[in-house]
Amino acid sequence: MHVIAPRAGKAVPEGFRRLIAIEDVSKRYADGTVAVDRLSLQIPDHSITVLVGPSGCGKTTTLRMINRMIEPSGGTIRVDGQDIRDRPVNTLRRSMGYVIQNAGLFQHRTILDNIATVPRLLGWSKQRARERAADLMERVGLDPAMARRYPYQLSGGQQQRVGVARALAADPPILLMDEPFSAVDPVVRRGLQEELLRIQSELGKAIVFVTHDMDEAITIGDRIAVLRTGGRLAQFAAPDEILSAPADPFVEEFLGSDRGIRGLSFLSTRDLELDSSLLLPLGSDRRETAERLPEGTSVLVTDTDGKPLGWTEPDDWDGDTKTLEPAGPSFEVGRDSLRVALDRAVLSPTGLAVGVDSSGKVLGVVGQERIAAAIRAARRGRKADAPQDAAAVKAGR
Amino acid sequence: MNVLNFMQSFFNDGSHWHGYDGIPQRVWEHLQYTAGALGIAAAIGLPVGLVTGHTGRGGDVLAFLSAGARALPTFGLLVLMFVWLGLGIVPVMIPLVVLAIPPILITTYEAIRTVDPSPVDAARGMGMPEARILFQVEVPAALPLILSGLRSATIQIVSTATIAAYVSLGGVGRYILDGLYQHNYEKVAGGAALTALLALLVLVLFWAVGRVAVSPGVRRRRAA
Repeated sequence: MHVIAPRAGKAVPEGFRRLIAIEDVSKRYADGTVAVDRLSLQIPDHSITVLVGPSGCGKTTTLRMINRMIEPSGGTIRVDGQDIRDRPVNTLRRSMGYVIQNAGLFQHRTILDNIATVPRLLGWSKQRARERAADLMERVGLDPAMARRYPYQLSGGQQQRVGVARALAADPPILLMDEPFSAVDPVVRRGLQEELLRIQSELGKAIVFVTHDMDEAITIGDRIAVLRTGGRLAQFAAPDEILSAPADPFVEEFLGSDRGIRGLSFLSTRDLELDSSLLLPLGSDRRETAERLPEGTSVLVTDTDGKPLGWTEPDDWDGDTKTLEPAGPSFEVGRDSLRVALDRAVLSPTGLAVGVDSSGKVLGVVGQERIAAAIRAARRGRKADAPQDAAAVKAGR
Repeated sequence: MNVLNFMQSFFNDGSHWHGYDGIPQRVWEHLQYTAGALGIAAAIGLPVGLVTGHTGRGGDVLAFLSAGARALPTFGLLVLMFVWLGLGIVPVMIPLVVLAIPPILITTYEAIRTVDPSPVDAARGMGMPEARILFQVEVPAALPLILSGLRSATIQIVSTATIAAYVSLGGVGRYILDGLYQHNYEKVAGGAALTALLALLVLVLFWAVGRVAVSPGVRRRRAA
């Protein structure tokens, strides 16, 4: 693909997609170490591109070459067609948000002033920069009461939210994130990932995200570049494609032994057929239900709002809800993926997963065989509309 | 108890409180020597420490020079300067400045060099110019340590500035030296007490500067 470089200072032509083009870029150090080896990647806007790989694969080096924290020893990086070396380095960096591990907040500044840093560098007035910072705090889900606190008073997860807000403060079109969520615990990380996806759905930046965690890459990436040791590109594709068709044994090994199960995260439960004949609402005639079903069949008792209470066999049950076997977690039809549905079926005492609607009302139950059939059907039908489907499921869960 | 009695009679003697040899005059002179030597030492030590700490280069050279400067006997240097330059303020200032530079320089260098690298990386990555990184990111974080270097340098100057009396200058060292010649131990004890008092004053002053200049975000974090 050939792009005509717009001249410095000239507006990007209408319809031109913002793009980071990494063209044949290498980084060799004086001692002969090759960190990145002739790497080429196209990174579009409105997307999260994840660089993933084991340590020493050059993923951080690649990211840091985009904002010239590291200079490549060969090749060219272009943003909107313009060579990044043609712009003053600090001007370039101010046009790219930068988020690092441990957030790297300024301990001597309040949260508000940390976030206002880049607008201040760009010459905004203090008042305007602080107003903008307050908006950003809201956007990343921080309590406005934290504005006047100092970083040491915040938890690791909150500090990282401040780091993201600071990177977004001047509304840069590009966001560079270097293992931003690696240092926080899994629950907080999950929340930060969801928050990032939500923010991205509102802002549509070109995000380059470095991680060593394949799960994280699959969760947040629209496209994943898997790098191998020595800085060579092993595969560059959408997450579900990487899971279903790893390019080589290295990628396959890096994905781990459960890539099949993980791939189910991209399949929707929308078309799953649910069985509502095994439901026994409280107050209905359990004798009638017992006669209707073969002996020894378990049914799911639901309360008057249709919410699940627990499993029992209608013949034996005395009507006391305390003697029911707990229903366990359920899945939300249409929002959760087949991976969640299968997981719920495995956890269920009866082998049946409970499907609910968004209000928690039971729609029906489904067994592992039927989920397996849905997986096979989805795999056959997926080839036509895979990307949209995958994106829809990702946005939901 | 003798020493306390000496001090009591020294400070109770009304004649010690006015005139060219009075306590206010001698203290004022002492403070002038201290401020002068500290100003010159800081003007040399701070910029060199800040730049070498920021770039991370030249640390070995600094350590070598400081060890050398610390090994110089201050009194010997004073005598040498006196022989070389004669009487006056310059032969006093040179040994005091040589004494004060190493703690300022080495502490500043170490303070900047050991600042957490993450905020510095973040600042550089968001397009902050190097000078602003130094003064708006590194110095505020390193300030408690930098101040402690300045504080120990100041205390050393205050206690050592008594040597000014050897080259016919003033300061509270005058009492110690004259007292020794006159076998007037009240004066010696009084001069020593004044020196100690000035050192305490320096501690209080630096504590107050730290309260005002160091951000609560840095101060509380170090305490935590």
